[in-house]
Amino acid sequence: MSLESEAKKHVIELLEKGVRLDGRKLLEYRKPLKVNYGVSVNAEGSASVQIGETLVFAGVKLAIEQPYPDTPDEGLLMVGAELLPLANPRFEMGPPGIEAIELARIVDRGIRESGFIDLKKLCIEPGEKAWAVLIDICPINDAGNLFDASALAAFAALKNAVFPAVVDGKVDYGTKTNKKLPLVDVNPMSVTVFKIGDHFILDPTTEEQELYDARLTVGSMSDGRLCALQKGGDVPLSADDVQKMVKIGIQYGKELRKLVIK
Amino acid sequence: MSRGKQLVKDKSIVVPGEVVAEGKDFILGPGVRREGNQIVASRVGLIHFEGKLIKLIALSGRYIPRRDDVIIGRIKEILINGWLVDTESAYPAMLNVRDAVTEYVAKGSDLTRFFDFNDYIVCKIINVTPQMLVDVTTKGPGLKKLIGGRIIKVNPNKVPRIIGKKGSMLNMIKQATGCNIIVGQNGVIWIKSTDPKMELIAVNTIKTIEEESHVPGLTEKIHAYLEKETGKKIKLQKE
Repeated sequence: MSLESEAKKHVIELLEKGVRLDGRKLLEYRKPLKVNYGVSVNAEGSASVQIGETLVFAGVKLAIEQPYPDTPDEGLLMVGAELLPLANPRFEMGPPGIEAIELARIVDRGIRESGFIDLKKLCIEPGEKAWAVLIDICPINDAGNLFDASALAAFAALKNAVFPAVVDGKVDYGTKTNKKLPLVDVNPMSVTVFKIGDHFILDPTTEEQELYDARLTVGSMSDGRLCALQKGGDVPLSADDVQKMVKIGIQYGKELRKLVIK
Repeated sequence: MSRGKQLVKDKSIVVPGEVVAEGKDFILGPGVRREGNQIVASRVGLIHFEGKLIKLIALSGRYIPRRDDVIIGRIKEILINGWLVDTESAYPAMLNVRDAVTEYVAKGSDLTRFFDFNDYIVCKIINVTPQMLVDVTTKGPGLKKLIGGRIIKVNPNKVPRIIGKKGSMLNMIKQATGCNIIVGQNGVIWIKSTDPKMELIAVNTIKTIEEESHVPGLTEKIHAYLEKETGKKIKLQKE
């Protein structure tokens, strides 16, 4: 088996000329790049993100649970992703595979480590009761770059979320209050930078995602600081590569932030 | 013998299982089958009655290998005496060493020096058995391994529109964009060009034809589109 398939050689050839398979520049997101809020009535907060043909829905559910014993005064945050066969014929039904787990963890880390949700404010009664924030990610169509789309959708869904009413210590999901989640103004954004050959690209299509060498998901905050990193792919990255990729990630994180924060 | 009875209108859309005619005196073309006294459609498509011949032009569905079709396949497995080729259909094809190369190849030697895993090849179907075992060859004019370029996949039922009458549509795209294009009957298309911009125009044109294959006056529309995109005057071939 040859190291580089003909398809990959062709992609690299094009990248050297500064174009992608679909005619985009190397560091360019597909259009339309859109965020819609409140797409689900049953969720406490929801949003959909469209990047080109990729479409991801994210929903936030709030429930009252017992806090974890090691953090008795904090609320809970859980992120789950389900890759449905509807999104991509490659995905199969059944328990979440490695891809779904990685996707959920990348989204989780971006939000958790930036301190975007003030978990202390979610505590109702230390050690006894706290709000649990459950984010569900549901890709409707996977045409590449689920990472960025999911992270953005989760972010937008959190922005959209409101607490349900509580009656006698029980949650009444039918009634919504005006109270928003305790969010901190750090606004984490995830940008995944892909490396193919010696080139860095953003927002790959399915074809490009099949032949990349390495990827780095860069989570950054409003002030330009890093909050999360996740490396994937078979090829190792040099320190120089990481620096360049982080720089690209932070720069385009700002662009994405403009989209959701007016 | 009783006279046959036509049950649906000519050029109407039928679905699989729909009874299109009754009687024994029809000749069956592609896409229809006989069930007792009835003639039943086996695919979604437009039904054509031409005298006693009934044929069904499929509108959707995967490729079904047919003898003498030139297709573009992908090497999906390397076997002891040849290669297994993915044909974008339900049936993989077998490429035997003796149908691929002229030189003598010792049994058990390394076959990857001819065709490697994931290589795309232009091949011709030489035989399809009733059990749908498919044999292909790469011996013949224009049959080869594809080097460089990109592969796109389209609905195989739209391939005749992409090629056009006597290749008119395909020639127009080739002439306008200067790309090398090979269209396989299985809906796999190979495009190679030195200019990425032209390559993209060719891809978009083919996608447009695929989407709008039913629109009348498609050739003129594509002609105008190509002239606009490439900024060149293109001679319109008379069919």
